Amino acid sequence: MIRFDAVSKNYPNGTTAVDELSLELAEGGITVLVGPSGCGKTTTLRMINRMVEPTAGTVSLRGRDIREVNAPELRRGIGYVIQHAGLFPHRTVLDNIATVPMLLGWNKKKARTRAAELLELVGLPAEMAKRYPNQLSGGQQQRVGVARALCADPPVLLMDEPFSAVDPIVRAELQAEFIRLQKELHKTIVFVTHDIDEAIKLGDNIAVFRTGGKLAQFDTPERLLAHPADDFVADFVGQDRGIRRLSFVNAAELPLRDGPVLPATAPVAQARAADEPWVLVVDEGRRPLGWASVAELADGGTLADASLTPLGHTFSLVGDSARAALDSALLSPARLAVGVDAEGAVVGVADACELSAGTTAVQAAAGEQASTEAESASSESRATVGKTSADTPGGGDR
Amino acid sequence: MNDDEPLIRWQWIADHTAELADYTGIHLRLGLLPVLFGLIISVPLGILCHRWRWLYPPVLTVSNIMYSVPSLALFMIFVRYTGLTEQTVMIPLTLYTLSVLVPNVVDGLASVPEPVRLAATAMGFGAVRRVIQVELPIAVPVVIAGVRVAAVSSISLVAVGQLIGQGGLGYYITRGLQLDFPTPILTAIVLIMLLALATDALLVLAQRLLTPWSRNKVTSA
Ligand SMILES: Nc1ncnc2c1ncn2[C@@H]1O[C@H](COP(=O)(O)OP(=O)(O)OP(=O)(O)O)[C@@H](O)[C@H]1O
Ligand SMILES: [Mg+2]
Repeated sequence: MIRFDAVSKNYPNGTTAVDELSLELAEGGITVLVGPSGCGKTTTLRMINRMVEPTAGTVSLRGRDIREVNAPELRRGIGYVIQHAGLFPHRTVLDNIATVPMLLGWNKKKARTRAAELLELVGLPAEMAKRYPNQLSGGQQQRVGVARALCADPPVLLMDEPFSAVDPIVRAELQAEFIRLQKELHKTIVFVTHDIDEAIKLGDNIAVFRTGGKLAQFDTPERLLAHPADDFVADFVGQDRGIRRLSFVNAAELPLRDGPVLPATAPVAQARAADEPWVLVVDEGRRPLGWASVAELADGGTLADASLTPLGHTFSLVGDSARAALDSALLSPARLAVGVDAEGAVVGVADACELSAGTTAVQAAAGEQASTEAESASSESRATVGKTSADTPGGGDR
Repeated sequence: MNDDEPLIRWQWIADHTAELADYTGIHLRLGLLPVLFGLIISVPLGILCHRWRWLYPPVLTVSNIMYSVPSLALFMIFVRYTGLTEQTVMIPLTLYTLSVLVPNVVDGLASVPEPVRLAATAMGFGAVRRVIQVELPIAVPVVIAGVRVAAVSSISLVAVGQLIGQGGLGYYITRGLQLDFPTPILTAIVLIMLLALATDALLVLAQRLLTPWSRNKVTSA
């Protein structure tokens, strides 16, 4: 889809911003460019829409050298979102969104109708259409920026640190929304960030750059965490990459055991008979109510009378990752993670050791599979492997 | 000055309203057309100076030097070519506006936030279209600030043109001095000030109408 062939960019002042980059980005996926400040991410991105011209090598889009296309025309077919949305202050929100259709010569009415659809798509109320950008919050402006980039339905979307200027809560919101949008739209997206967490959360594939504009590794998020190519990448992905890898293991694949689960109607004697320090009390639908400390139970009566310690949280076998499961174990007073099904009914429990062992087994199996596929397949199909599993962090890593 | 002559003879004003109106119209024309011409020159010149930065210092120097030449001297120079006509007054006044308008156009264009310029390029605006549809509209508040200064100073400078017989309301100032009669002098001064104030108020209004987006700087969630 987008292909860099031995592309370099040297600035007249002697800076090498990008050095001999060869990279092929798969159609319909999110490729994240990540790396320390000044490593050439923005330069790489801007070489795709000719805002920066390479000094050597070729960039091609769908097999065509982009230098063959007139630059403004090329850009109208490529969405672009930047950090401080860069909205036009003199145009209303609706007209901002309608920018590219208007440039493409659509009539005004059609362009605005389309823009109104986009406003809804990015989750903004229709009455914002008539506002000016300075009447929006930063997060809202960023949404308008995304809507503007998508309005003419370009197949390719370039995003340069689009969420880094907003506070963490809004950022998480925008990221979740972005994942939802992409599931619907299947754009080919190149996304620049310097935040490795964001890269892992959003990327189907990640290109890690090192200072000097050199590509250090291009891989799926799991493989990047599991097999960093060198010390630089290992360092960059951070100390807790072991924990982060858990995001890619589906909680459904973890081994659970029955554990001490009792209904609230059970007599206290039955809890004592379980010979465990804690019992999990559930309602008639097996939905967890809380943990009861057996030592503190009054003699006689049922568990309904006991004062329960809150669960911390449970994890869902549909949608959550091993990371959520482990967190659930660590927060539980009984040190047991509680797995629930789609209805919220308890399926089983596991402690941190059991979860860790289960995760390792799953990862080992997945690793074998990935390496055999990698040997036999091109980078295109490797990107596909990344895509299926990248659904996990979005859903499970809350 | 005659001792029993009052500062203002209202009867004189009443007798001369039609004539005063005519001269006010001429004064406005002599004062404001140069601002319009100045704007027509400054916008493209400012765009060029913004685009090619090396052009700006020499342009600024030349327009500042022209501004420093006394108006009387400029009138005398142009009289040789355009005679004792309105053009002879308007050409120097036009040149004077440049020293205010060109920098304001350049500053206005520079006030366009870099992300906005980048976004416009990335959306696929060509260079010319970007200037016309994005950069100039955003520069409007700064440009109008310059136009206000240029218009007020141009309106007050018109009176000097009376030295070559084309001074708008300045006519009454020379007449009053010649006749030792303060009423026309004061009337002309007050009218000139009112013209300047009214023009300024209209320009403020124009800016509010042209840039609804620069108001309401409220952020609501
Ligand atoms: N116009 C320019 N002239 C000279 N050097 C430049 C120019 N633009 C960028 N550079 C240099 O090229 C290198 C790469 O810049 P680039 O903007 O691509 O980095 P980046 O990875 O996007 O960094 P950041 O995370 O800080 O945005 C930097 O060293 C930068 O200083
Ligand atoms: Mg950058």
